[in-house]
Amino acid sequence: MTQTNTVDEIVSQPYKYGFITEIETEKIPKGLDEDVIRLISTKKNEPDFLLNFRLRAYKQWLKMKEPDWSGLTYSKVDYQNLVYYAAPKQDIKKKSLEEVDPKLLETFEKLGIPLSEQKRLSNVAVDAVFDSVSIATTYKEKLAEHGVIFCSISEAINEYPDLVERYMGTVVPINDNFFAALNSAVFSDGSFVYIPKGVKCPMELSSYFRINSGDTGQFERTLIIAEESSSVSYLEGCTAPMFDTNTLHAAVVELVALDHASIKYSTVQNWYAGNEEGVGGIYNFVTKRGECRGKKSKISWSQVETGSAITWKYPSCVLQGDNSIGEFYSIALTNNFQKADTGTKMIHIGKNTKSKIVSKGISAGQSKNSYRGLVSISSNAEGSRNYSQCDSMLIGDKASANTYPYIQSKQPQSNIEHEASTCRISEDQLFYLQSRGIDFEESVSMLISGFCSDVFNELPMEFASEADKLLALKLEGSVG
Amino acid sequence: MISSTSEKILSIEDLHASVEDQEILHGVNLVVKEGEIHAIMGRNGSGKSTLSKVIAGHPSYKVLSGSIQFKGTDIIELAPEERARIGIFLGFQYPVEIPGVSNLEFLRVATNSRRKELLQSELDTFEFEDLVKERLKIVEMDPAFLERSVNEGFSGGEKKRNEILQMALLEPVISILDETDSGLDIDALRIVASGINKLSQPNSATILITHYQRLLNEITPDFVHIMADGKIIKTGNKELAIELEKTGYDLIDTDTKDKKMAK
Repeated sequence: MTQTNTVDEIVSQPYKYGFITEIETEKIPKGLDEDVIRLISTKKNEPDFLLNFRLRAYKQWLKMKEPDWSGLTYSKVDYQNLVYYAAPKQDIKKKSLEEVDPKLLETFEKLGIPLSEQKRLSNVAVDAVFDSVSIATTYKEKLAEHGVIFCSISEAINEYPDLVERYMGTVVPINDNFFAALNSAVFSDGSFVYIPKGVKCPMELSSYFRINSGDTGQFERTLIIAEESSSVSYLEGCTAPMFDTNTLHAAVVELVALDHASIKYSTVQNWYAGNEEGVGGIYNFVTKRGECRGKKSKISWSQVETGSAITWKYPSCVLQGDNSIGEFYSIALTNNFQKADTGTKMIHIGKNTKSKIVSKGISAGQSKNSYRGLVSISSNAEGSRNYSQCDSMLIGDKASANTYPYIQSKQPQSNIEHEASTCRISEDQLFYLQSRGIDFEESVSMLISGFCSDVFNELPMEFASEADKLLALKLEGSVG
Repeated sequence: MISSTSEKILSIEDLHASVEDQEILHGVNLVVKEGEIHAIMGRNGSGKSTLSKVIAGHPSYKVLSGSIQFKGTDIIELAPEERARIGIFLGFQYPVEIPGVSNLEFLRVATNSRRKELLQSELDTFEFEDLVKERLKIVEMDPAFLERSVNEGFSGGEKKRNEILQMALLEPVISILDETDSGLDIDALRIVASGINKLSQPNSATILITHYQRLLNEITPDFVHIMADGKIIKTGNKELAIELEKTGYDLIDTDTKDKKMAK
């Protein structure tokens, strides 16, 4: 195809969030041992149960081996050469936004996340996390009027220890996997959401994660609890500066939905992806899992993954409650030497549980983009149903796309459908759009948006346009 | 009526073009002036569709030699979108389906890119909806088609009507309609043909590529060209199409044989 080169140019746009904020940072020395864990715990003024949780996880982690089954190749992380806690120097207990370092507010504003009273988004509450700490959460008071708790996990650990102790580690156990164990031992901050019984969260909740330091691992931890008949929509965004070293990001996200509750969790991941030669970028090794504990509960994951050198994550649903529903909608765009191995696990345990998977992978450059998913139906899950659709689009002739669907059913009364397709950007479609006066560039971006529209339609309104813009940003550039 | 002083819109001289390294057009000459309707007929593989794609600038087709001038300017170096914006429109024989791209949004972006070229104001969603609803009447199309993805799941007739709708919105200077009549039933043919007639302007021109006389019963051409083996081998008026319908392509076969023998 004659236009391949130009398509390549379009998808290779400079990263616009690569700046570094010059700010005094308090860092603990590199390396990891029990003392470091105790130090983190002390710095965060944590109750004993949490220190014990961390230490138990650390002991488990020491016994575990870094997994290699994915076939992803990357230079191994030296875990003793990482900083496990970095925080901008400021009074930890800030009463109001006015007390937050203006440089930090400026940073978030530059990222398109204004936090100040005058400028902040009118319908989205934001928790802004900078390196290892949450620096501000907006609309807390307004949410509190509805009984909704939205704060950093550090604050929750101190203010709502019972809730944290009751739920943390119950969806993703400390020994779940190598990276989850590491996170459980050293996690620094993240977001906490609690929606009380019967409450429909009045606004979108959003966390924005920013990695600023180059040698710091980011280990955030998010816990969302939706009580009986409640509902919430939560958004997560991430960016990082450009460093030529790889930075590890190993997060754990746990969701719990009780009877009739519903959680919608959306991610736009745009960590630094490394340069066009594949140097630098974030290792995004994340464990995300939701448990539909209650009957008729629902958890829906949607993700737009465009960044990171390596993305390795499978946001999953454990469908325990009868008639519960799990959904996974994903767009993964890889370019240059990026690798993404992502998908989901739908574990059907309850009766009449339903799951739906829609995955769209777009691979450009020499990137590798794999969908890996598991649909497991247990012997008790009568009447369960799954529908999976995995579509891949290849740009150029050096990129690759793979689909690894694993299907296990122990229940004859279940219904599983899987559809998969691979396509290239079609020259005829491009020509059709161009022949109507639409720019080559805009045509490509229209085709990609079209390819992803099933997933865009699932994103919250505020987010859909942001995600579309993000894809367009990655696709924008001069046609030469 | 056409006068000899009418401005030339399209002027093709000794055009040779290839696709996948195979020469398909072997020296096409064609002049189209304002207000004219031309019909190009010929067998499958004679080069009709190739000619239309070369004029519109399809990247798979390469011009080997010759020239294509639009209002006196050579357009061979122009990208397809630039040709579209100055008023060259290709109605596709097989319009592609574009899943996930809203037909309405597509039409709006396309219309605005043409309007921008004409130094007209760009239309916002609401203004465009008013315009498109008015233009829909020309092709008697249900507004429901606007809500769907571009051509996705459209019947053959619906796709062709969507093409004419685009023509109605883009208000081209020259429209090349590649077998717009194929796959249409009588009613759809009449609607499409009447749409084309309504849209022809004294300062625009139309090239109809077709196999059949039946479209030419609805739209009267000023010139009829017969293509064979990558060339226009015969030009006449509407009578030529009628003759062709009667005698079939044997007419050209004898002609070309004669010429080949003459060589």
